[in-house]
Amino acid sequence: MIPELGHISLIIAFVLAIGLTVIPFWGSFRTNVAAMNLAPSLAVGILVFTATAFGLLATSFLQDDFSVAVVAANSNSLLPPIFKFSALWGNHEGSLLLWVLILSTWMTAVAFLSRGLPLTMIARVLSVMGLIAVGFLAFSLLTSNPFERLLPNTPLDGSDLNPLLQDPGLIIHPPLLYMGYVGLSVPFAFAIAALIGGRLDASWARWSRPWTNVAWGFLTLGIMLGSWWAYYELGWGGWWFWDPVENASFMPWLMGTALVHSLAVTEKRGVFRSWTVLLAIFAFSLSLLGTFLVRSGVLTSVHAFAADPERGLFILVFLALVVGGSLLLYALRAPAVASRVEYNVISRESLLMVNNLVFTVAATIVLLGTLFPLVMDAFSLGKYSVGPPYFNAVFVPLMALLMPFMSIGPISRWRQDSPRRWLHELLVPAIAMAALAPLLSMMLFDFNLWVALAVLLAGWVTLGVLRDVWRRLAVGGSGGLQWQRLSPSFLGMTFAHIGFAAVVLGAVVVTQHSEEQDLRMTEGQSAELGGYRFEMTHISQEPGANYVADQATFVVSYDDKIIATLVPEKRRYLASGQVMTEAAIDAGILRDLYIALGEPIGERAWAVRLQYKPMVRWLWIGAFLIGFGALLTSLDRRYRVQVVSGQEPSPVKGQGLGFAR
Amino acid sequence: MTASRVVLARHGRISFAWSLLLWALTPVAHALIETYEFSSPALEQRYQVLSQELRCPKCQNQNIADSNAPIARDLRVVLVEQLEAGQTDEQILAFMVARYGEFVRYRPTVDRNTALLWWAPGLLIGAGFVALAFHFKGRRRVAAPALTATEAAQLKKLMENDSL
Amino acid sequence: MDLHARRFIPLLGFVLLSVLLFRGLSLDPTSLPAARLGQIFPEFAKLELQSGDVISVVDLNQRPALVNVWATWCYSCRIEHPYLLELAKSGVPIYGLNYKDDPVKARGWLAQLGDPYRLNIVDDEGSLGLDLGVYGAPETYVIDRDGKIVHRHVGVLDQSVFRADFSAWFPALMDAQAPVAQRALDGK
Repeated sequence: MIPELGHISLIIAFVLAIGLTVIPFWGSFRTNVAAMNLAPSLAVGILVFTATAFGLLATSFLQDDFSVAVVAANSNSLLPPIFKFSALWGNHEGSLLLWVLILSTWMTAVAFLSRGLPLTMIARVLSVMGLIAVGFLAFSLLTSNPFERLLPNTPLDGSDLNPLLQDPGLIIHPPLLYMGYVGLSVPFAFAIAALIGGRLDASWARWSRPWTNVAWGFLTLGIMLGSWWAYYELGWGGWWFWDPVENASFMPWLMGTALVHSLAVTEKRGVFRSWTVLLAIFAFSLSLLGTFLVRSGVLTSVHAFAADPERGLFILVFLALVVGGSLLLYALRAPAVASRVEYNVISRESLLMVNNLVFTVAATIVLLGTLFPLVMDAFSLGKYSVGPPYFNAVFVPLMALLMPFMSIGPISRWRQDSPRRWLHELLVPAIAMAALAPLLSMMLFDFNLWVALAVLLAGWVTLGVLRDVWRRLAVGGSGGLQWQRLSPSFLGMTFAHIGFAAVVLGAVVVTQHSEEQDLRMTEGQSAELGGYRFEMTHISQEPGANYVADQATFVVSYDDKIIATLVPEKRRYLASGQVMTEAAIDAGILRDLYIALGEPIGERAWAVRLQYKPMVRWLWIGAFLIGFGALLTSLDRRYRVQVVSGQEPSPVKGQGLGFAR
Repeated sequence: MTASRVVLARHGRISFAWSLLLWALTPVAHALIETYEFSSPALEQRYQVLSQELRCPKCQNQNIADSNAPIARDLRVVLVEQLEAGQTDEQILAFMVARYGEFVRYRPTVDRNTALLWWAPGLLIGAGFVALAFHFKGRRRVAAPALTATEAAQLKKLMENDSL
Repeated sequence: MDLHARRFIPLLGFVLLSVLLFRGLSLDPTSLPAARLGQIFPEFAKLELQSGDVISVVDLNQRPALVNVWATWCYSCRIEHPYLLELAKSGVPIYGLNYKDDPVKARGWLAQLGDPYRLNIVDDEGSLGLDLGVYGAPETYVIDRDGKIVHRHVGVLDQSVFRADFSAWFPALMDAQAPVAQRALDGK
């Protein structure tokens, strides 16, 4: 009964979504206030019914209802309850339901937090989001019904959740990632609504900016968690693999990064409008494209697919309608580019143009590299593979090109600036870092040109933003620090930029200075790596909740001082018989020590991989700072006031100055 | 060093974004042990690089270092033999490509077919900067409009609060 | 409404992308053509399974012929075995490549199930398989009159596969399938 109720809820949500797509949209052209006012209620209705469906599917999982196909395929009675719950989104059907749930959450949030916006705008934004909901609900109901039953052939027990996914990381990684993916539909919907209404101005940018930052922040956190999870759970210490499925999440992030910056210019200065709207469309399109790539089987990924051309075709048709439709709308309605350029070459605008250039090129290259094998195959030019060596070769120079501009960006002025001022602002940091970079890289590790370069660039970026912070704090000259001048949006930007510098530094150091040894070890033996001594003291076998684990205990010491006891495991899961490596990690700011067990070789001997990973944490700490910073910006007062006032926002300064066109 | 060196072939590597799809996947996340003795650390270093740049022909999307497929193991053995026999990286890659096609290279060669792939990044960035240059050059002659007193005041205020 | 051709560029790009993706739905990203196609069958000096003689590529002298990669550990090989017997009976020369197998077991298998092979190359280390670009068993290659590899099939060989992709080289066997045969000659 429960699955059937869930199915019915999903159908009701689908009907409501059709209503949301049609009624307020129609009302917005007829100035029918009643029809437009329906939009927020319909959004809430969709949320209520998708949440009900979600809750009922969760119930089926928690109650071990193996008559439900998805439960039977992805859960098991031995599974700890928390993993029974997260198993819900550990599969195609359930993850799609999570997707729809998150979409309706975003819709409801828009409905409630945008009361200050003109009614036609709200109605159209929600209608556009409703259309996306229609597509995904139809996809779920027609091709991937999560409530499908296995009657009367109900299995006695489920075939278990993949052990890789029986991890806390998987409980939060997909929801965060989807918050980001789906959240990009909000700026998309704002862009479409603005194109329809012909109102692409600074106020449009101001409305969509906090949403964009929040969505992008979630996407950042989702990707970060995924990378971290891969690092500790997969057992081999890698943190980014350039697999097509990873690229599918990285492309919207790159495009989103460009969008976040371009929106800043549009909000502040009223320029780049046409370009910003295009980026908003691109960012969400890439997130839809990612869905297609991941769920259609057109590309090979390590992730084994139940490749389903029917599903692929469905998403492709939906993609063509949504993206094709919006790009057509763009072609017809995008505002004319301003005939005069109201800014100089030496200005913050042009630096942000460079940012946009680098990030759109980066997204394009990831897309090209990901689809290249498909292109060659389609033209019968042979089978090719494009992997990490290619992407790394392209990405390193791109980011290196970006960073000098990034260091000037935050301290530069809008409209017109002078190279002399830039020099004045940055001379000291530049000289300091140029002198410090080789020294620092030598002090921490052996000298390495790449690390020195990374320290230099990351240092510039960091000192640049810190100098800006100081300038703000100390302004006025009265001696006291003016903390109130650090607005959330400014602080958010500062965190994000410092975070970016940390990611770059971490990535370069861990790539250049990692050490790794694969050894055969028996009890009592020891090995040295990175100055640390690893002694394997004993081997044992321990039972777990739904697995049996072989454990090896290592005592790690440095200069004869014991630092840590690490216990890597090799688990055999009872239900599926699958074997999993659980690495043991001693984490630190400057280095991780990482031990993974291979297989037993002969009597009481194991294959062991020891790794020394310097500064690997900086990757995730940095990415966390980026995501946190992005979320922080949305707390800025200028966004909140607009919400509380409940009035039409006053024209933005940029407009008043006559810069907007 | 007290422990003897072996190469631990990695496999069952599933990238994180896996959780985006999570279908009926059955990876075997455990390692397979091979005892390759290398005559020099330089060879081991080259082994690590090459085994990660060669794609397992039969697997989904894994290099031969990460894959547990029999063919990947065979290719690892051949790789070790050829390294020890003094073959250069180019010779080894050519050997593999002759048998399994361009598909096995994760770093595609630069040839007529892949020219676009390799040149695109430079071309796009170059074209972007040229476009920016035109953007500014074509419009430089238009003088910035003189600001009214009010606008100038507003501008000053804006500049001071130019938080992002 | 002022229309600018430039603004249609993103749409145009997307249309091209969609066509590509649509094409992608009907392509199999996992299928891999043989790298040795169009080349002479690689040189080898291996034992013959039954006789124990050392044989080389010149001994594959009945051409065009099939070279069938098989092993006793390979489950699918057992499935295709009856069809191979049938082909051999109707006059198609088949050479076996006993891939990474135990010769004793292999002889037992042939004794029990029948022997469709003119000769059987013992490739217990898989080195000839590697030279051919084999990545599993069963695989079946066609070598033409000049000893060139002209086709490879991965997986079980059965009648429908043979009619579609192999008959071009064995016209006497399949006179009726001339158009299909032509396609097979052109393609792959």
